[in-house]
Amino acid sequence: MFPFNFEWVWDTAHIIFMGGLWYAISILGAGMAYVIVKAAMDTMNDKGESHH
Amino acid sequence: MDSALIPEGADRCSFPKFAIGISIVGAVALWGVYAMFLCWFKGLNQTNMNDYYGFALWIWADLAVIAVGGGAFFTGLLKYIFKVDELKNIINFAVIIGFICYSSALLILAIDIGQPLRGWFIFWHANVHSMLTEVAFCLSCYFAVLTIEFIPNILENRQANKVPFFHHLAHNMHGVMAIFAATGAFLSFFHQGSLGGVAGVMYGRPFAVREGLLIWPWTFFLFTWSAAAFGPCFTLMVTKITEVITGKKLVKDNVVHLLAKISGWMITTYIIAKIIDTIYWAMVTAPSLGFKMSHFYTNNSFYGYWILVTEIVICGVLPGFLLLNKSTRENPTTRLIAIVLGVIGVCLNRWVMVLQIMAVPVMSFDTWALYIPSWQEVATTVLPVAYGIILIAITYRYLPVFPQERELNQPRVDQ
Repeated sequence: MFPFNFEWVWDTAHIIFMGGLWYAISILGAGMAYVIVKAAMDTMNDKGESHH
Repeated sequence: MDSALIPEGADRCSFPKFAIGISIVGAVALWGVYAMFLCWFKGLNQTNMNDYYGFALWIWADLAVIAVGGGAFFTGLLKYIFKVDELKNIINFAVIIGFICYSSALLILAIDIGQPLRGWFIFWHANVHSMLTEVAFCLSCYFAVLTIEFIPNILENRQANKVPFFHHLAHNMHGVMAIFAATGAFLSFFHQGSLGGVAGVMYGRPFAVREGLLIWPWTFFLFTWSAAAFGPCFTLMVTKITEVITGKKLVKDNVVHLLAKISGWMITTYIIAKIIDTIYWAMVTAPSLGFKMSHFYTNNSFYGYWILVTEIVICGVLPGFLLLNKSTRENPTTRLIAIVLGVIGVCLNRWVMVLQIMAVPVMSFDTWALYIPSWQEVATTVLPVAYGIILIAITYRYLPVFPQERELNQPRVDQ
């Protein structure tokens, strides 16, 4: 899973498989981080009345 | 008792009635949990799996729930990427059904691996040459996507939504949902496909093996296609069951007709491709490996040509025709027949691709190996069904799942 695992090899299969996994995890993580930070900022700015 | 949690303006049964219903289904779930712990503590000797059946009832259930759960990714793709706006009225429920299906698939796999404490090995010590590793990656990530898609609906609960942070979080998550939906569609395409892609490397099983395009056998595309085609049928079927149980109309007809029409086109195009694939396999692939088609459907007490005809004609061509034709699509009875047949069809396809493969004799001295699951396998397969019913009951009661419910169930003013 990580380059520091003993069975890791820098080959195409590892780069495609693990690269794909980390790419998907990064998108999900970045997306969630963005909405959580934005929600916290909106809460602090008290924008509640402007929604819906 | 729990009226403060029920969506505003929604009419729900009394709490004692709800609790009794949950208790009855909960008893079935507990039976499954007991069997699950037996498998975990005593091992896979609790099952009837053997050297013939390394893949058995669980893997069929796994593939079946993943296929019918495909309604979530396909409806999400249509709603968020292709901007089919009418589907906003059913997307919440499609996501909940997908969440149930994928959590069930992961639960089944956790039982099936026999050593659940080592489940994380598939990530940490990944075999990067295995399609099933890709399936595990995509399945886990897509379950995360479904969880993310489900969270805003949970946060819209009447009480939770009063918390400003939760209110903003739900609002902001809706704003970027297209990114999550696109990621989900990408992940779904690959894991649905890779489950079908296994057939491309099953050289020792002539009943399954398929040729294809580069590294992808045709079944790679057929599995994704069938999940997108029949998944919406399952969404519509569960919606109908929920409407019957609650005695309410929850989704407007135009939304149901639209999803049924899209499903009809997908089923019809899929089944044409499936027929071509089957003919090519029967005429070219199997004979090239020294087998006649009759070898796979005769000389046993269960698997006959009936299963091929049922899967392709009765549960493929027929529902496709019924959903494409406007009059039968808009007739509630024929539409219901079509979506039920469609769900049976995709489950039967996965049965054939998991269990019939194992049953067919391969070597000249082999005989047909039919398999009957143990009660522990049956109980653990029923477990996700009970869990799904409980989760749907809870979400329907406490969350605003159906945006059109209030409008469709306004109290009549008879004056």
